[in-house]
Amino acid sequence: MRLSPDDIIYWQYGFIKLNATMVFTWGLMLLLIIGSIVITQNLSTGLTRSRWQNLLEIVVTAIEKQIEEVGLSQPRKYLSFLGTIFLFVALASLCTIIPGYEPPTGSLSTTVALALCVFVAVPLFGIEEQGVGKYLKSYLKPTVIMLPFNIISEFSRTLALAVRLFGNMMSGAMIVGILLTITPFVFPIVMSLLGLLTGMVQAYIFSILATVYIAAATRTQQREPEPDSGGQL
Amino acid sequence: MLIDWFTVAAQALNFLILVWLLKRFLYKPILNALDAREKRIATELANADAKMLEAGQERDAFKRKNEEFDQQRAALLTNAVNRATAERQKLLDNARKESDTLRTKWQEALRSEHRSLSEELTRRTREEIFAIARKTLADLATTSLEERLGEVFVRRLREMDSQAKKGLAEALKTKSDPAIVRSAFDLPAEQRATIQHALNETFSAEIHVRFETAPDLISGIELTTNGEKVAWSIADYLGSLEKDVSELLKEKTEPQANADAPPEQPANEHGT
Repeated sequence: MRLSPDDIIYWQYGFIKLNATMVFTWGLMLLLIIGSIVITQNLSTGLTRSRWQNLLEIVVTAIEKQIEEVGLSQPRKYLSFLGTIFLFVALASLCTIIPGYEPPTGSLSTTVALALCVFVAVPLFGIEEQGVGKYLKSYLKPTVIMLPFNIISEFSRTLALAVRLFGNMMSGAMIVGILLTITPFVFPIVMSLLGLLTGMVQAYIFSILATVYIAAATRTQQREPEPDSGGQL
Repeated sequence: MLIDWFTVAAQALNFLILVWLLKRFLYKPILNALDAREKRIATELANADAKMLEAGQERDAFKRKNEEFDQQRAALLTNAVNRATAERQKLLDNARKESDTLRTKWQEALRSEHRSLSEELTRRTREEIFAIARKTLADLATTSLEERLGEVFVRRLREMDSQAKKGLAEALKTKSDPAIVRSAFDLPAEQRATIQHALNETFSAEIHVRFETAPDLISGIELTTNGEKVAWSIADYLGSLEKDVSELLKEKTEPQANADAPPEQPANEHGT
């Protein structure tokens, strides 16, 4: 049984290979970039604007507002990173309605890559905001004894991020595949709808958790990093 | 193995490229557009506020100007009304004055005409009467009027009452100058002699008499000496006639003058 689109390999040369995950990712990237370019070509600064511009403005301002609500006082600084995570994951889930499409987020490699990006980005943003010393000191809070736990927490939450998204996306595709063999026609459609909902929720969870991690790392008035509250999802 | 590390690296790279591309093509333009719109709205609101303020100021200014204009108009109107009233009064006064002047002139003209008419009437009446009397006397008697006048004068001298005669005699005696006999015409020598004779006879003395001609006597003879006078002339009768005629004219013209009749009307009436 195929669990990941990584297994669909179109071309391979040594360890370099071109699999479905990468191809579909490029497809999504093209869709996002071309869509953005087309819509933002004729942006209106007046009181009237096109529907597509309106849609993009709603999306961008909603993300910005969400980031601000979590506690980052300068949302625009983190908007590109966090917004892209949300848009990529959400679009990957949304496109599951297209027949023959395999969501790249259903591959553990992709989710691990995203989680690693977050794993790297959090200390980078933290250091940029507070400085190296102050950021590193935050691992010793509240006591030195907590240092190993803090470090373990860093790795475990990254793993949790990756596995949570992978599990949810993979299960959605898996369930549809299994149901198709048992009860065709009606149930797969219901499960697809459920999969869409799950995908959206996961996109939101992934990006909001990344935001929370960054917020915790960049907070000048040092607070204990958020426990991995979404770990059970 | 679920995790393919080459794919992980490729996906991480893909993701980073996507972040950069989206930042370049999506977030930046959209946020710029949003900022521009917000700025524009803020500017427009500020402009609207400024315009509102300006409009308020202009409205106040206009209101003030309007009030000033109303006041000026009212002042001008009052002034004009006052001047018109004054002008009207002045014109009325002038008209009244002119009317008074005309009325005075007319009355003066009327009076003058009346006077001249009256004089003319008197003159003509006298002449007519004189002519009538002369003709009548000439027709009735063989003697001329002058003769008759002389006779009347002589008779009057003779018929004087005693008191008058006495007074006259006294006057004649005391007076050294000759007594003056005045007549409207040159008395003929015969008549002069008659008068002289009558005087001498009446006062039983030689009376010195000097004869004079006085046209204003009008067919009459008078003897004057030292303030005393014996006279007879048609002028006396004419005087009474003139008085009667004058009264008659006065009665006729006065009502017309009072009725503001045109000046020609009474003249015509009198002419007839």
